[in-house]
Amino acid sequence: MKNVRLIPRLDVKGPNLIKGVHLEGLRVIGDPQEHAVKYYLDGADEIIYMDVVASLYGRNNLTNIVEHTANNVFIPITVGGGVRSVEDARKLLRSGADKVAINTAAIERPELLSEIADVFGTQCVVLSVEAKYKEDGTWEAYTDNGREKSGRNVLEWVELAAKHGAGEILLTSIDHEGTSKGFELNLVKAVSEIINVPIIASGGMGKVEDAIQVIDSGADAVAMADILHYKKMTMKEIHDEVRNAGLHVRRI
Amino acid sequence: MKIGILDYGAGNLKNVCRAIEHLEHSYCLVSDPESIEVVDKLIVPGVGAFKVAMEQIEKLGVVESLRSFAEKDKPVLGICLGMQLLFESSSEFGETKGLGLLEGNVELIPSEGENGLKHKVPHIGWNELVVGELQSPLVKDLRIEDAVYFVHSYRANNYKTENLVAHCDYDGLIIPAIVQKNRVFGCQFHPEKSGPIGLNILNSFLRM
Repeated sequence: MKNVRLIPRLDVKGPNLIKGVHLEGLRVIGDPQEHAVKYYLDGADEIIYMDVVASLYGRNNLTNIVEHTANNVFIPITVGGGVRSVEDARKLLRSGADKVAINTAAIERPELLSEIADVFGTQCVVLSVEAKYKEDGTWEAYTDNGREKSGRNVLEWVELAAKHGAGEILLTSIDHEGTSKGFELNLVKAVSEIINVPIIASGGMGKVEDAIQVIDSGADAVAMADILHYKKMTMKEIHDEVRNAGLHVRRI
Repeated sequence: MKIGILDYGAGNLKNVCRAIEHLEHSYCLVSDPESIEVVDKLIVPGVGAFKVAMEQIEKLGVVESLRSFAEKDKPVLGICLGMQLLFESSSEFGETKGLGLLEGNVELIPSEGENGLKHKVPHIGWNELVVGELQSPLVKDLRIEDAVYFVHSYRANNYKTENLVAHCDYDGLIIPAIVQKNRVFGCQFHPEKSGPIGLNILNSFLRM
């Protein structure tokens, strides 16, 4: 039976945990480390940190936050934002990250994925995809935290990226992100049908039913933000309800 | 009791150190034959590619020191790639020789389970440990259904069944999770990333 992972996603700007809608209109929530520790103690399966302004400045500023978090959080930590080279990846992995998520730099140069995979293994390489629905029924990949069009078709892009060594896909729906109206199931379904690497669905989790639906659509893990950050439910409540619904999540 | 952690540039080195600090044990980093000689217990961390890791270890000139450490019956714990390195060879990025402390080799996880289900590779996620009959100090506190965190594309193969302490079931496919031969131990999962359960397993090794 498939193991389902429940993953708090913490978008970070400077020293703050923030939250937006459609990856825009950022609102400050609080201290990222405090939230990460709380989610860990409540039974999160992993943590995702995303530096949402990193691409703008060309570097990831999360090294310190990751380092402190890793002293108290003993579950996997994925860090994304501004990873442009093997050296950037090394720095984040050294500071306590277990995986790096890459979007903009990989779109510009897909070989970066294989370069990082060759040194650290494909399991360290998470391709972050920001997908936006187009009127012609396809999705386009965006970069720079949903600000720039890349011209790449999402399905073609994930297929290419998987060949280049992406070990996992963090699949964010820009249209659903921050809306709490459920995941973009068609997107998850379409991606899971063409590649064989694990998918973390992101964007839209408003209730436990949403998580169950997106797992049915082919996701392996569920990223969540608002529902936790705005204290609508605790990690433990979500965990228990998902388990009670018959999905295979670990006993905590 | 001096605990050494082999420092060959492994990605999870610091996280293993952090977990050990959290468990309130002291340790030192070792990266040459002399420093390996003076520790009583050794942890081999590891994340990433087998071939690159083995090249790093060879560059340090410690392959023989690691073998003689184990021959003296001093405890060794390999974690994830560190466990895979304990075997004879791996087929990751071309056939590469390992440390050969355990019989068997390391191969890519098939993309189909034995029950015909399509799996995802890498195998990522929390899986329950299924403990066999072999008594091992690493699993003495384990409860039924305790799950630990795996992330890997390769698994041990052709190992001796008497060296298998625990496995996990991945769609009907056996993934060796804990192996042991004398005092050479290996964990395919990450005890330093498996929450309190993982920390307990690590602590069992540290307190042995």
